[in-house]
Amino acid sequence: MAQSDTVDETRRDFLFVATGAMGVVGIGAIAWPLIDQMNPDASVLSLSSIEVDFEAVEVGQAITVMWRGKPIFIRHRTAEEIRVAEETPLDILPDPETDMARIERSQWLIVIGICTHLGCIPKGQSIGDERGEYGGWFCPCHGSHYDTAGRIRKGPAPKNLYLPPYAFLTDTSIKIG
Amino acid sequence: MSGQSTYTPGSGFARWFDERLPIMRLMHDSFVDFPNPRNLNYWWTFGGILSFLLVTQIITGIILAMHYTPHVDFAFGSVERIMRNVNYGWLIRYSHSVGASMFFLAVYIHMGRGLYYGSYKAPREILWILGVIIYLLMMATAFMGYVLPWGQMSFWGATVITNLFSAIPLIGTGVTEWLWGGFAIDNPTLNRFFSLHYLLPFMIVGVVILHIWALHVPGSNNPTGVSVKDKEDTLPFHPYYTVKDGFAVVVFMILFAYFIFFNPNILGDAVNYVPADPLSTPPHIVPEWYLLPFYAILRAIPDKLGGVVAMFGSIAVLAMLPWLDRSKVRSAVFRPIYKQFFWIFIIVFLILGYLGSQPPEGWYLLISRIATAWYFAHFFLILPLIGLLETPRPLPESITKSVLGSAAGGAPSGSAASPETKG
Repeated sequence: MAQSDTVDETRRDFLFVATGAMGVVGIGAIAWPLIDQMNPDASVLSLSSIEVDFEAVEVGQAITVMWRGKPIFIRHRTAEEIRVAEETPLDILPDPETDMARIERSQWLIVIGICTHLGCIPKGQSIGDERGEYGGWFCPCHGSHYDTAGRIRKGPAPKNLYLPPYAFLTDTSIKIG
Repeated sequence: MSGQSTYTPGSGFARWFDERLPIMRLMHDSFVDFPNPRNLNYWWTFGGILSFLLVTQIITGIILAMHYTPHVDFAFGSVERIMRNVNYGWLIRYSHSVGASMFFLAVYIHMGRGLYYGSYKAPREILWILGVIIYLLMMATAFMGYVLPWGQMSFWGATVITNLFSAIPLIGTGVTEWLWGGFAIDNPTLNRFFSLHYLLPFMIVGVVILHIWALHVPGSNNPTGVSVKDKEDTLPFHPYYTVKDGFAVVVFMILFAYFIFFNPNILGDAVNYVPADPLSTPPHIVPEWYLLPFYAILRAIPDKLGGVVAMFGSIAVLAMLPWLDRSKVRSAVFRPIYKQFFWIFIIVFLILGYLGSQPPEGWYLLISRIATAWYFAHFFLILPLIGLLETPRPLPESITKSVLGSAAGGAPSGSAASPETKG
């Protein structure tokens, strides 16, 4: 009798743990749809590519286009801006990256126009905008300065302006996404 | 609290009902015959004022939801329609928006009262932590409510606040996109904020019920911080404190009414009357006044993750307060050194609030760093040290003694009603 009691207890422990484990799996399976419904859905994800023609953008000018609800900065850099960006030593950069690594063709700088600090849109696209101490962009919200390669130079932002995935279709048009 | 219920059903039906659902007994024992310290001053009326404000916000909010459209193309217009066309819409919306500010004003006074008189100390730690949770829920509710009109400050405030979560290592971007329901703040974000803005006040009601429950276990603290010793130290909640709270609510409503009728937009930002534009960030993004001190702390730290941690930490530290303050004496009345540092802390908090409204440059940045350091030092350094070093003034023997002085020696409680002898 005593022996069968022990057997029963181990069986019960097993049943108890197994039931509990199934319960946890079940709760997880029910919870996931309730959580995942908040993620971007397929229709949002599919709006993923646009084509942009910037033939009319003169040297020194910039345009902003929307891609996935985010502004994309396309800047036609001057020779001086390119030179400064290329000659900046890497060891003074908070997020070191060469100019070469951030461009396809050196006169066209294409970045996502969202400050990597807290998501404001930096100034510097229009003529007459404040462009910060490094001639690129300046975020008015919390004072981040970006240079002419879109790299963070000063202020609270931790990263350089992110790069969208893009490819040149012709000399003056690209496909983003 | 004191065990025995004093409720006596007034009729046969009341007795029949009481045997089946003793809710009238619960109300009687909690809000009619509940014993409260006899020496509570007007700083103790803000619980009642806050209850009034919570009900006001819920009623005006339910009405606003009948006229509001949570869609990026219509939200701004529907709010303007409430202001211009809906009958008394201007009154209801201004009551709701001013009501949010009044809610925070009252809660800051309520919290300051708790800090000054040591209401967070044993045996009221859980009561205090529940209060901190209510405060967090209030901030979340207010933030999401501010997004709904879909003005420029709504949009960019939401952008900055949701981007705080992108500072979390590894999963930050995923969490942020999950919150947004997309790659930027857009219609899905507005929709879910509306849903949650409607939900959270009812969660606040739930936690308020726990808060009052936890209050009614030890009973209210009082200006002396000395615990209630016998019945002589207390007065029944009704009529003494129903009348006192009621009077305070009416006085507070005068202030409330001033803002609603004479200056409804002074506490808000004019930029929020410009419809949201995802392509143009306003030059100065500032949150509503009641979040400014924490915004100043966020910006004082020259590191994204560090700033976010400091900001959330500045609120979380409040929950640890009962264990950081080592002094056994509750009330600052009897703590000469703590009393001074309390006022310095209040001034530092107000300075942080001012700095939160200014651009983070030059002197502003330097002072906000000093003030942020002081904020944390107050909790982690100053409070524990004062607890060890301070010699408190002698405490009164009892609440009654403190009110009536030496005349109280065994005097019947009926003689309490002589305010001229009050110390």
